[in-house]
Amino acid sequence: MRCAAPISENELETFLQQLFAGLSTGGIYAALALALVMIYQATHQVNFAQGEMAMFSTFLAWTLIQAGLPYWLTFFVTVAISFVIAAGVEFAIIRPLHNAPELAIVVAFIGLLVIFHSLASWIFGSTIKEFPSPFPKDAWFGSKLMSPHQVGTIFVSLCLVAVLFSFFRFTTLGLSMRAAAQNPGSSRLLGIHVGRMLMLGWGLAGAIGAVAGMLVAPVVFLDPGMMSGVLLYAFAAALIGGIDNPAGAILGGFIVGVLENLIGSYIVGTELKLSVALVLIVGVLIVRPAGLLGRTIVQRV
Amino acid sequence: MSAIQQPSSITTSNAALHPGRGGVWLLVLAVAAVTATFFVKGYVLFQLTMLLSYGIALVGLSLLTGYNGQISLGHGAFYAIGAYTTGMLIEHAGVPYWLCVPAAGAVCLIVGYAFGRPALKLKGLYLALATFALGVVTPQLLKYKHLEDWTGGVGGIVLMKPEAPFGLPLSADQWMYLFALATAVVMFAIARNLIDSGSGRAMKAIRDHDMAAESMGIDNSHYKSMTFGVSAAFTGIGGALSALVVEFVSPDSFTMFLSISLLVGIVVGGVGTLWGALFGAAFIMFVPAMAESVSKDAAWGVYGVVLILFVFVMPGGVMGLIARVRAGR
Repeated sequence: MRCAAPISENELETFLQQLFAGLSTGGIYAALALALVMIYQATHQVNFAQGEMAMFSTFLAWTLIQAGLPYWLTFFVTVAISFVIAAGVEFAIIRPLHNAPELAIVVAFIGLLVIFHSLASWIFGSTIKEFPSPFPKDAWFGSKLMSPHQVGTIFVSLCLVAVLFSFFRFTTLGLSMRAAAQNPGSSRLLGIHVGRMLMLGWGLAGAIGAVAGMLVAPVVFLDPGMMSGVLLYAFAAALIGGIDNPAGAILGGFIVGVLENLIGSYIVGTELKLSVALVLIVGVLIVRPAGLLGRTIVQRV
Repeated sequence: MSAIQQPSSITTSNAALHPGRGGVWLLVLAVAAVTATFFVKGYVLFQLTMLLSYGIALVGLSLLTGYNGQISLGHGAFYAIGAYTTGMLIEHAGVPYWLCVPAAGAVCLIVGYAFGRPALKLKGLYLALATFALGVVTPQLLKYKHLEDWTGGVGGIVLMKPEAPFGLPLSADQWMYLFALATAVVMFAIARNLIDSGSGRAMKAIRDHDMAAESMGIDNSHYKSMTFGVSAAFTGIGGALSALVVEFVSPDSFTMFLSISLLVGIVVGGVGTLWGALFGAAFIMFVPAMAESVSKDAAWGVYGVVLILFVFVMPGGVMGLIARVRAGR
């Protein structure tokens, strides 16, 4: 996940490089965490298959690029296709289960996860593939500390959160989506088509996941297993920021990315960095159970 | 994802154990299980023994998730701790194998309690993440090079299968199966009694409405962390048996996939039912192999489709279906 830091005489420079590398992977975690938060806002569920769906989208993008499409056209076509796939999954698999026990739905998510994983290695093979970055290596915004791709990743994630935030905050559709998630019964009485809102939420999450996948792929290379670690970090990021808060997801993503990188290079080495990062995150959650920016929900009995 | 509240829709789980029809079924099951020792051979006997081991582990998870409403995505960790406790006690201390099984339970009880206590603050998704972390961290710790002297590192520990005692005319495999069967009977009986006791009612009350339970004078913190401990102990005993049966423990046997399989197992069997554990164990034991025989290339795809179909057809698991059929009669 981490770009290997060149050996430098200057300790500070190495540190800064690690820090920025962390911010950049953090941007990716943030994007996927955002997808998780989206589905949570729209449905109050967490989609365990989100990472694998993103991986699948990235493979689609790769196929399109191999077919000779220019990068940015591929980018938008993939986002659109991913939107349709995710909305379709909601319609075909998740919607019929709306009365099923919660754990049964979790198992359906696990089923989706293995299906997408297996489909990808079946269709595209499990050899590792290279995926291009949209940001040229010698772009003006690159520097000694951060590669253009890293800067680009952070920029794209920030744009995403701005767009989503405005969507949920300032548009009627966004308001309806939030309402449908919070109180489906009352929303229905007010004439909101709840089912359609859920589908839209899934579609958006699928699209965001596709963006995250295409940003990760140039760094970790493209293979069916590329998202499993990323999903875990994204999940942690979403929770540490507060699962109901898109801005929290972004903050959480950057925190987790930086933490992972610094712990990995300074404290325990790559072997245990995942463990230590997770333990720290759980530790934070025990102190602040609703996440850093999450609201504590007070229930009337 | 708030607590898991639906299982109460499954009509009371102890129907299967009530005298009458349930008692007959139990007798048939017991006779079949004992006679299997002498008629089933080789790999199938091994599979049956593993099924019992998974069954005990699933009862543990069922106590926690089904009866107490606390989700765990990391119970594979306790399975691993149970297996490693057995492996290390035999390898480094020469403890007899039959003592290792309760010892594994005791170790997991303590570890589970120690984990459950701080995890009290976490609910639903947050608890899922914390337990997930446990499931991810444990195999990494078992591999960790500074613990290698104890755990055997990546290579793990190789064990010997115990011979039948008292000169009984049984092969080691048959004896192991009977030993697992006896352990399973004891553990199921303990679980049944626990569920029907005052503590069991307290556990269920907390699952159904924690605040109401608290105001009735139930000590939520105590019961929840204790359930975590007991649940871990069951799963650890399952793990200890698996170590004896497989004659080998290694970090790669206890990946995240095991934890997820265990969760799948209780849902397939029926959340909040005791006997569902056996159906769940059969599912996680046999369905992956079946999927592979359907299509080698996309075995996991087939598995995923089976999972989703299962959830569509039987959202309450096998026991839910049985309850529905009975109610329809």
